[in-house]
Amino acid sequence: MSPREIFALRDHLGAELKVRTISDAQHVVSLTDILSQTVLGGRLSELSGRSVLLKLSDQLRSGLAMIELDGIARRMLLCPPDLNPAHLDALIADAGIDAVVTDEAGRWANSGISLVVTAQLPLEATAPAKTERATEWLMLTSGTSGVPKIVGHTLEALTGAIVAEGPARGSAPVWATFYDIRRYGGLQIFLRAILSGGSMVLSDPHEALGDHVARLKARGVSHISGTPSHWRKLLMSGSAAQFAPAYVRLSGEIADQAVLDGLKAAFPNSSVGHAYASTEAGVGFAVNDGLEGFPADYLGNRNGVEMKVIDGSLRIRSTRTAHAYVGRSAAALTDDDGFVDSGDIVELRGDRYYFVGRRGGIINIGGLKVHPEEIEAVINRHPDVRMSRAKSRKSPITGGIVVADVILADGTDQARVKEIRDQILAQCRAQLASHKVPAVIRFVEALDVTPAGKLARTDAS
Amino acid sequence: MSVRSKVIEAIRQIAKEQNVTLPELSDDLSLHETGFDSLAFAILVARLEDDTGVDPFTISEDAAFPATVGDFVRAYENVPA
Repeated sequence: MSPREIFALRDHLGAELKVRTISDAQHVVSLTDILSQTVLGGRLSELSGRSVLLKLSDQLRSGLAMIELDGIARRMLLCPPDLNPAHLDALIADAGIDAVVTDEAGRWANSGISLVVTAQLPLEATAPAKTERATEWLMLTSGTSGVPKIVGHTLEALTGAIVAEGPARGSAPVWATFYDIRRYGGLQIFLRAILSGGSMVLSDPHEALGDHVARLKARGVSHISGTPSHWRKLLMSGSAAQFAPAYVRLSGEIADQAVLDGLKAAFPNSSVGHAYASTEAGVGFAVNDGLEGFPADYLGNRNGVEMKVIDGSLRIRSTRTAHAYVGRSAAALTDDDGFVDSGDIVELRGDRYYFVGRRGGIINIGGLKVHPEEIEAVINRHPDVRMSRAKSRKSPITGGIVVADVILADGTDQARVKEIRDQILAQCRAQLASHKVPAVIRFVEALDVTPAGKLARTDAS
Repeated sequence: MSVRSKVIEAIRQIAKEQNVTLPELSDDLSLHETGFDSLAFAILVARLEDDTGVDPFTISEDAAFPATVGDFVRAYENVPA
């Protein structure tokens, strides 16, 4: 018996493909000779078999360190930029971290972690390393207020959907994403760029949207992904003009018909698709027919992904799901049959399932459960609306009522605002149960989006 | 616009939205007879709070919810500025 052949990221990178790059706003790094270069100061061998915390202030060095560490380290924990430092100690203990790759070596001097490796640019020459093992990829869940959960993946699980889709047709794609690549949605795009023989253009949180889009254009980005909130911001900014990617992808939040139609109008020659994926459930499926929701016949076993709906929530079993939560008091990630409960609530209408919201995001209106996303989807159908957020507000009469914050399209005539409000309310009354119709609509200039690219649903207002 | 006319206009607007046919709005009319359900009152109180900056029914813990249209209007008129 011979062990299965193990592929690491380095095994997808070779010198035969020229002009491949990975870049951010400051640097462009060639991927062609990347295997004979090091971002780790040539110290990769010290990290062999270690449990490595990847804690860097930028995505470029993070991505380069992932390429080097995969297949060498025992596990690597990817820290997203918005990680609360107060949670680090608990995560380090739970993941059994015994080495850190950082750009702030001084900060780790008295941390009790003996092996501290600095990631630095420019790259230095080194002898290419050989894949030793299947490295465990540890990612953090987003959206929870306490210590995030650590989710364990293998490269094989992370890339299952990419391999299943096969190579991109035509010339090598240039991928970009509004996500950070240390989050599941962004990592998928980074891995696509590596496996597809293409290039990758990274985002920069400090860059203005207009400058970011100019850079995407200049670097020839052909494939790009983001959350519906990312895309709504782009559509509102007016920066989309002249940018013509071949493929526009949405994931991470519900892609409603309004944002799909908006993108199709802004990018008439692009294919627009939305994908369903989560850190725990992995990539479930992609929908490319331009419609919100997904065909009901996606349930059952399809391309190795099994899906079912129990108590309204979508459950997924496949080789692409994470294999466990990691840590001493970690809960089970799947049920006894190996299904991950996504917590995403779906509703069958006709021959299609529609996402109505998150189980944990329900607001209580006079004792009735309401998904804010369902209300937003109706509001967003108004042609003058760019983005909206529904939430509950305390009421002395019913306990709670629905209120909505709405962003109107740029240049909307102020004289029409009352008329638009009446039209939105009429639309909501026609399509929603009466307790879901917003009692108050407030027009706002902006809505907060979390670092993970999702509409912020918890603020003080 | 006086507080009274603001309140009356909001009642008419919500009645229109909720397809409620209002009887003539006299001070003696009991709120029950307006045809408003609790959701409609909740909307009314929220809109008036946004419009006038006050919610007289949350401010005062011992405030009983008014029984008539006149009581309801006075609850807004009597809020200290």
